[in-house]
Amino acid sequence: MDTQVSSQPQKVAKRKIRVATTSLSGCFGCHMSLLDIDERILQLIEVVEFDRSPITDIKHCGPCDIGLIEGSVCNSENVHVLREFRDNCNVLIAFGACAVAGGLPAQRNHLDIGDALREVYCDRTGLGKQIPNDRELPLLLDKVHPINEVVRVDYFIPGCPPSGDTIWKFVTDLIAGHMPRLEHPLLKFD
Amino acid sequence: MTHLTLSLVEIATPILDRHHNDPTRLLQILHDIQDELDYISPETMEYLANKLEIPITRVQSVVEFYSFFHAKPNGKFRILFSDNITDRMLGNKDLFDHMLNRLHLEPDTVSEDGLVSVGMTSCTGMCDQGPALLINNMPITHLTPRRIDEICDLVKSGLPVSNWPSHYFKVDNNIRRADELLATAYNMGDAIKAAVAKGAQGMLDEMKRSNLRGRGGAGFTTGVKWELCRNSQSDERFIVCNADEGEPGTFKDRVLLQSFAGHVFEGMTIAGFTTGAKQGFVYLRAEYKYLVKSLQIFLENMRAAGFLGQNILGIDGFDFDIEIHLGAGAYVCGEETALIESLEGKAGRPRIRPPFPVTCGYKNKPTVVNNVETLCKVTEIARRGGAWYEGRGTRQSTGTKLLSVSGDCARPGIYEFPFGVRISDVLEECGAKDVIAVQISGAAGVCLAPHEFHRRIAFEDVPTAGSFMIFGKDRDMFEVALNFAEFFAHESCGFCSPCRIGTSLVKDMMQKIAVGRGTKYEINEIQRLRDQMKNFAHCGLGQTAGNAICDCITKFRPAFDKHLSSRDFLPAFDLELSLARSREVTHRDDADAHLGAK
Repeated sequence: MDTQVSSQPQKVAKRKIRVATTSLSGCFGCHMSLLDIDERILQLIEVVEFDRSPITDIKHCGPCDIGLIEGSVCNSENVHVLREFRDNCNVLIAFGACAVAGGLPAQRNHLDIGDALREVYCDRTGLGKQIPNDRELPLLLDKVHPINEVVRVDYFIPGCPPSGDTIWKFVTDLIAGHMPRLEHPLLKFD
Repeated sequence: MTHLTLSLVEIATPILDRHHNDPTRLLQILHDIQDELDYISPETMEYLANKLEIPITRVQSVVEFYSFFHAKPNGKFRILFSDNITDRMLGNKDLFDHMLNRLHLEPDTVSEDGLVSVGMTSCTGMCDQGPALLINNMPITHLTPRRIDEICDLVKSGLPVSNWPSHYFKVDNNIRRADELLATAYNMGDAIKAAVAKGAQGMLDEMKRSNLRGRGGAGFTTGVKWELCRNSQSDERFIVCNADEGEPGTFKDRVLLQSFAGHVFEGMTIAGFTTGAKQGFVYLRAEYKYLVKSLQIFLENMRAAGFLGQNILGIDGFDFDIEIHLGAGAYVCGEETALIESLEGKAGRPRIRPPFPVTCGYKNKPTVVNNVETLCKVTEIARRGGAWYEGRGTRQSTGTKLLSVSGDCARPGIYEFPFGVRISDVLEECGAKDVIAVQISGAAGVCLAPHEFHRRIAFEDVPTAGSFMIFGKDRDMFEVALNFAEFFAHESCGFCSPCRIGTSLVKDMMQKIAVGRGTKYEINEIQRLRDQMKNFAHCGLGQTAGNAICDCITKFRPAFDKHLSSRDFLPAFDLELSLARSREVTHRDDADAHLGAK
């Protein structure tokens, strides 16, 4: 579909661009959409090296050129991961409705988090009477936030999820050194 | 409250009869019903939808859209503080808190006994005599802590507002400089007679010769507007007087309607005579509801004198009458197509133009929408001719202009100046010293700094709808911009995304800066959002919503910088605090239960 990417590897030993991806409070739908670039992923890995990502299962992120964040910020672990990405990525991209605007997880924002936890863990038959409080568990924030309310974000790709073609266009533009541009029909908010 | 024991049918039937079960009169019906029942319940909405034979969703959308209609009980006394920047400068926040304390209330919640609720509303047009509030739609100005105490006592006594001492509701004109319009004695019928003597075509020619331009801000040539309406093919035409004076800091229309209503009505009648319209409407903002009674008496007198009604001045076929329609607290209805939608009993969402109202307006018929002040000017042209009129003012802005002066000056009030007056001359006349900024034409207008005070009020230079807010040397221009940001987020009608979301994002970022969490990043974002709204918003509200804020950023950057953090970015909220509730319900206090400051 796009030749700018595949033409580059012919040159000798240019440093590969490092990309990290993660899903905070999301459904991994955006990552599934990323995989929708299908066989173009082969072109991609000729110029790109994946750091921390569900694709590599690397647990922590090193210095990277591009970070892609799916999902909104819902708990303390999300905050730590997001901070790690911001500290390590030159360019940070919010991809998908949750990262951009809070999305579906933010539907709980009109509820008190204490009431919500109590209703789920204490008020239903067949369950115990205690809200889980193991130290291993990340605590929930009182409200769900889009990622740009916690760290500075360089680019936003809307969509629920953005299509594989949209992600491809955006990322290849960026890798080629262009200002990424999304226009209809790639720019969609649903 | 005793009314609640009466059945809905008993109350609604006479009201519906009075309005001929006409769904285009929905706003007026809702006003009357709410006056009786305090609020519009779901049962009331259903009943009205059935009676008017319209979908219930339309009734619901109207009740939802306008901030002066309530779907829930609001208390026997509904108190709304005006929250324009000029009210804030006069300490309305402290008075607001003082009243809440006295009444043991939270903002916008009804007291347990259902007696009273207290909230904030956009500018109520009393900026020259603020701080001001509305109590059951009656204005009380010059608020002081003592006055608040007295109001609280009266509220607690339960005495109906209509029985309160009248001195509370005194509204001053504060006319400080009178020229052609404000200084000329009024004789009922003079202007109409003069217009009739010229004939419809003759009057139109005079209008065009005068080069009178609309006083609502946009400055379209009135004569051309009338001609377009007159020449469009139709069996019916309408004249609408736009008295939805919602622009923060403007109050000239209030003064004109309070003391110069004859000019306005005669201007409308002449417009009807010239264009062939038989019906006129005054669309009056709900904040000025207190004027309705006197306006109606005036109309009655005009009818009795034969200047309204059938065969005016004995001329066969010269029929014209005027009706007053109340708005319901929506700034966007000052936009002419939104106003027409509202006049038709719908939510005030701007239409797509073209077609323009002159060919396709009220009920899709040719409609002239003119500002209150414009219509007053028509009477001058009728009496003294277009050539005379053209002699005042500047080449492209003829005649005089009313300025609503408020803020930091010795003599706030109404100033009538010929167009072309310098800002510095106005400041001197009203006794303003050490001025750092003047906001011209309200929140949607421009903010001028001292180096621009030599500029002139005129369409060629600084156009204005009349608002003239002065800020002295001790004022924080960031606070001014914040007030405007909050105003637009509240008043956006929600129809188009660039405005609905844009104004909210600008407000959020301004509030983020206000609490010390802002950085240069937010400043850049606000300016980017302004461009987005300017280019993509559906109507003038969104297109101008970011202007004054960005003017302030450009011209008063230090006022913003002192609120900014030097960091690259700060979160919009306190992360540590946002875990507090979860810590509480899980009884955790380990290291992982904290995020720390970063």
